[in-house]
Amino acid sequence: MASLVQPRLGGIHRQVSKVFFSEEKKQKTFAPGGVEIAVQGVSKSFDHRQILTNINLTIQPGQFIAIVGRSGSGKSTLLRILAGLETPDSGHIHRGTATQSDIRIMFQDGRLLPWRRVIDNVTLGLPIADHPRARAALDSVGLADRARDWPRILSGGQRQRVALARALAANPRIILLDEPLGALDALTRLEMQALIEALWQRARFTAILVTHDVAEAAILADRILLIEDGEIGMDLAVDLPRPRRTGAELAHIEEVALGRLLRQ
Amino acid sequence: MRASRWLIPWIVPVALLLAWEALTASGLVPARKLPAPHAVMLAFWSLLQSGELIQDALVSTGRAATGFAIGATLGFAFGLAAGISRLAENLVDGSLQMLRMVPHLALIPLVIVWFGIGEGAKIFLVAVGVFFPIYYNTYHGIRTIDAGLLEMARIQGLRGPALFAHVIFPGALPSILVGVRYALGIMWLTLIVAETIAGNSGIGFMTMNAREFMQTDVVLLGILVYAGLGKLIDSLARLTERKALAWHPSFSRA
Repeated sequence: MASLVQPRLGGIHRQVSKVFFSEEKKQKTFAPGGVEIAVQGVSKSFDHRQILTNINLTIQPGQFIAIVGRSGSGKSTLLRILAGLETPDSGHIHRGTATQSDIRIMFQDGRLLPWRRVIDNVTLGLPIADHPRARAALDSVGLADRARDWPRILSGGQRQRVALARALAANPRIILLDEPLGALDALTRLEMQALIEALWQRARFTAILVTHDVAEAAILADRILLIEDGEIGMDLAVDLPRPRRTGAELAHIEEVALGRLLRQ
Repeated sequence: MRASRWLIPWIVPVALLLAWEALTASGLVPARKLPAPHAVMLAFWSLLQSGELIQDALVSTGRAATGFAIGATLGFAFGLAAGISRLAENLVDGSLQMLRMVPHLALIPLVIVWFGIGEGAKIFLVAVGVFFPIYYNTYHGIRTIDAGLLEMARIQGLRGPALFAHVIFPGALPSILVGVRYALGIMWLTLIVAETIAGNSGIGFMTMNAREFMQTDVVLLGILVYAGLGKLIDSLARLTERKALAWHPSFSRA
C-alpha cells in the first residue's frame, strides 16, 4: 500500500511546490484579491418548507469558509444564494465591489462541456485576450499537457482539476465550491485539497466550501460554519498553521464539529 | 483475416444476383416480369449514354435538395424557438404534434389542387415530410440538454449567441443529426411517390414511363438508382455525424 501511496502523493507535492515557486512570477496575472461578503437576514423556503431562517454572516475578504451540515440542512441552498443562482425570500447579500462576473462555482459533477476540448472548457466565457490566463490556470492544476483532450477520457480527479482551472481562469474574487471533492476517492481527495489550498493561498479569493466531510473542512477552512435546521448552529474559527495534515489540534477541531453534528 | 472481413458482406448480394440470373436464363421467370441482371446493366448503359439517366437523376436530386433545404430550415427554426422559449413552445408545439400525426402523403389530393402537378407540388411535399423530424429532434435535443451545464454556462457569463454556440447547438446536435438522417429517408420516399404520381421528368417519371412500354429493365434500374442515391446520401450523413460528434462516446474510434 505504502509504495502505491507515495508516488501519487509525490506527484501532487511536486505540483504544489511548483505553484509555490512560481508565486512571485504569476502574482501579476492572478490576485485581484478576495471580497467581503455580508449576508443580512436571509431566509428562503421552497414549497412552504423553510430551508434557511434569518441567516446573518460576514465573511472577511480572502477568507476560506467551510459550510458543513447534514443532507437537507440548507447548506447548498445558502451557497446557491451566495452565487446569485437563487434569490432569497427576504434579506440581502452584499458582495462589496464584486459583480456577478467575479463569482465562479465549482460543482461536484464538474460540469465540463463534453463537446469542447479541455482547453476550450477552461476558456469558456473568457474574452480572447484572457485566453493566455486560461492556459496558465490549466498549467497551475498540472494539466497543460491534456489541453487538446476530450473531457470524456480524463479521470474523475482530472476532470475536477479542469473545473478548478476554469473557475480560476476568470480571476474571480469569490469561488464557491459545492462539494467539489465529494465524488472522488480518498487519495485523489487529499491531492485536490492540497491543490485547492495552494491555489487559494496564491490568488487569495474568498473561498466558500460546502462539504459533508468535517475533516476536509478542518484541513482547509479558516472558519467552519455548521448549518442545522436552516440556521447557523455553530461558528468555529480554525486558527492553525497550514498546510494541515494531522495533529492533536486538528483532531480536536474535527471532534468538536463532528460532535455537534451528531448531537442533532 | 482483413480480406475476409471485406469479402463477407458481399457474399449474399453476389449469390442473390447469380441466382436471379440463373432463374431468368432458365426461363422459370419470364423476362417480361423480371428482367435478368445483365439486362438491367444494359439498360443502365444505354440510358447513361443517351444522357437521360443523368438528366433525370439530376432533376430528382435537385427537387430533393430544394425540398429538404426548405423543410429543414423551417423545422430547425421552429424547433429552436420551441426549445428555448416556453412561450413559443406553448404557442406551436401542441398544433405541430397534432399535424405530425397526419401522414403527409395524405395531402397529395390537396397539394394537386393548390400547386397543380408542377415542381411546386413535389417540393412542397418533400418540405412538409422533412419538416417534422427536424422540428421534433431539434426541440427534443435542446430540451434534453443537461440543466447543470446551462447553469454552469450562465455562471461563466455566457448569454445569447455565445450560449447558443457553445452549449445549446452542440448539445442538441446528436439529436438534430438523428432527425436529419430520418428526414433524408422521408425525403426520398416522398419524392418517389410524388414523381410517380405526376410529372414529366425525374427518376420516378422515368420508371412510370418505362412501365407504359413494359420496359421492366428500366423500371428495375430506376429502383436501383433510388437505392444508390439514398445510400450515398446516408453515407454522407454518417460521415458528417462522425466528424461533428467526435467527442461523443458512440462515435469515437478511440
